Amino acid sequence: MKYKSYGKIPTRKGFGEGLVELGEQNPNIVVLGGDITSSVLTSFFRDKFPDRFFSIGIAEQNATTIAVGLALSGKIPFFSSYSAFSAFRNADQLRISVAYNNANVKIGGGHSGVTVGPDGATHQSLEEVAFLRTLPNMTLIVPADYNETKKATIASGNMFGPTFIRFGRSAGESFTTPESEFIIGKANQLTDGNDVAIFACGTLVWEALLAAEELEKQKGIKARVINLHTIKPIDYEAIVNAAKECGAIVTAEEHQIHGGMGSAVAEVVVKNYPVPMEFIGIQDRFGLSGEPEELMQYFNLNHQTIFASALRAIERRDKGFDKIRKVIDFNK
Amino acid sequence: MSFNISFPDTTFENKQRSIEEFFEISLELRRDIIKSLFLAKSGHSGGSLGTADIFAVLFFGGFLNYDPKNWKNPNRDRFILSVGHIAPILYATLARAGFFHPSELATLRKLGSRLQGHPGLDANLPGIETSSGSLGQGVSIAVGMALSQKYLDKTDNFTFTMTGDGELEEGSVWEAAMAASNYKLSNFCWIVDNNDCQIDGRVTDVMNIYPLQEKFEAFGFDVVTIDGHNYSEIISAFTKFKNNSKNSEKPTCIIAKTYMGRGISFMEDKYSWHGVPPNEEQAIKALEELDKLDAELKKSNKLN
Repeated sequence: MKYKSYGKIPTRKGFGEGLVELGEQNPNIVVLGGDITSSVLTSFFRDKFPDRFFSIGIAEQNATTIAVGLALSGKIPFFSSYSAFSAFRNADQLRISVAYNNANVKIGGGHSGVTVGPDGATHQSLEEVAFLRTLPNMTLIVPADYNETKKATIASGNMFGPTFIRFGRSAGESFTTPESEFIIGKANQLTDGNDVAIFACGTLVWEALLAAEELEKQKGIKARVINLHTIKPIDYEAIVNAAKECGAIVTAEEHQIHGGMGSAVAEVVVKNYPVPMEFIGIQDRFGLSGEPEELMQYFNLNHQTIFASALRAIERRDKGFDKIRKVIDFNK
Repeated sequence: MSFNISFPDTTFENKQRSIEEFFEISLELRRDIIKSLFLAKSGHSGGSLGTADIFAVLFFGGFLNYDPKNWKNPNRDRFILSVGHIAPILYATLARAGFFHPSELATLRKLGSRLQGHPGLDANLPGIETSSGSLGQGVSIAVGMALSQKYLDKTDNFTFTMTGDGELEEGSVWEAAMAASNYKLSNFCWIVDNNDCQIDGRVTDVMNIYPLQEKFEAFGFDVVTIDGHNYSEIISAFTKFKNNSKNSEKPTCIIAKTYMGRGISFMEDKYSWHGVPPNEEQAIKALEELDKLDAELKKSNKLN
């Protein structure tokens, strides 16, 4: 395989380090703490720039709106907590004060998804993508690994506008490099192939690469793996091209299938070039306590599921959808 | 019945004034509120009229530092209307301060207007610092601005915010209160419009928020409770805040006892006027009452 793992590094470390790098570049970067600074690693910034760090306590609504006040005063505030609390406890604040104001506020949603592990369902946020991508003005990034989280953090600090970065707690495979390209809004195609397209984000990108390897090895199928790190604004071109050139799409994410990245892809596909799609994600239920890797297996968030879904999408394209396509020529 | 509405282009300077002058200004603000709400056919009369005296002193008495010609000057004081639904008084005040032409008050709540039903930053109306309307949020935004002034920009500027009293039922306002005193924001002044009315009735009956003075003191504020229609008391409250900001590490809270609908006999202290505009007949009557008060004021001035 073209990609290899450089080891397991938590994505939150990328967030913490990215903030320090931003802080060095720009004196307007300010960080707000929500008590769990050493969990989401905003502690790196606090220790380096204590004058630009404000502890707000366990008060996500207040922290979010204080961030708005700072942003409207020309600062670039970052606030981070568990995604369960920095996307939902403060949902109204995100809608009215952050998004409607188009305030230059950056929110980190750490410890997202089931890979939080033993903390269980209360702390395993699986719904925030569905909410955040409906907010006008909001940019939403779900980086794939440590390096990408760091790049996303730095890129978000260098662009204007409300941004949410969703990342995890546990150590995932790190496979992007400091040199690999990261542009907000531009999907990264990781493998070439026209047999099936696999859109993945976050922890599932590595699994998609593993699935692609097996598809080629076992079935001779060339899958196009696309890291859709930016869910809003979405990369229309990458999606439409994949639909046209592959004719079958699989989406994979550590999030509810309803309203998540897969739904965002489907919105583009259905409007522009309908092809069979398979959705991998949490199937309309809450999480559970367990070790991160156990949970990923339990919820079928793995390369085996992607492999099987890819075969199913291809089969649907070849046997069913193609017949319809012959009757209704979508190209005309 | 023919009823012509027009908005004279009078503006007022921001300077030290006599009680009579503040009264005169507040009458003009109240006229603007009645006229713009009548034209809008919806909106919040009660709180807008009830706070006109406080707005008159804050914006036209030399307490808030602003420049309508260069309103985004970073070294301005900030005023955040957390209680966003009383936008008509803010719009009237900004118009009379010269931020935009008073004739624009006729567009309140209409499609394409910069005067949104609740303040919207994206409408680009000069003088509007933030969107507000979901209660409880503006006060935290104001804390963020005061924090920036004191610790990051290190300026001598002030941040004022106004909340309603029903708004204090929102839990996050107490998070804001905690943070304001935690960060010793002596440059921060929180005005509570304490008219004891909200949509469902008396605040006491909907959810008892009292005692207020003691609550804010316990949260670490210098608290002053005033009659929100008595200009001398309003002036001394803002003066006390300015003095406190130099000598104290505490933020200031001004609890202003007001009457919803103040100035219009049939609206005064009636919570049914929280969110309704006057109809034509009521608007005519209201404006007549304001004119009568104006005439009395002018007469007494001449006698003096």
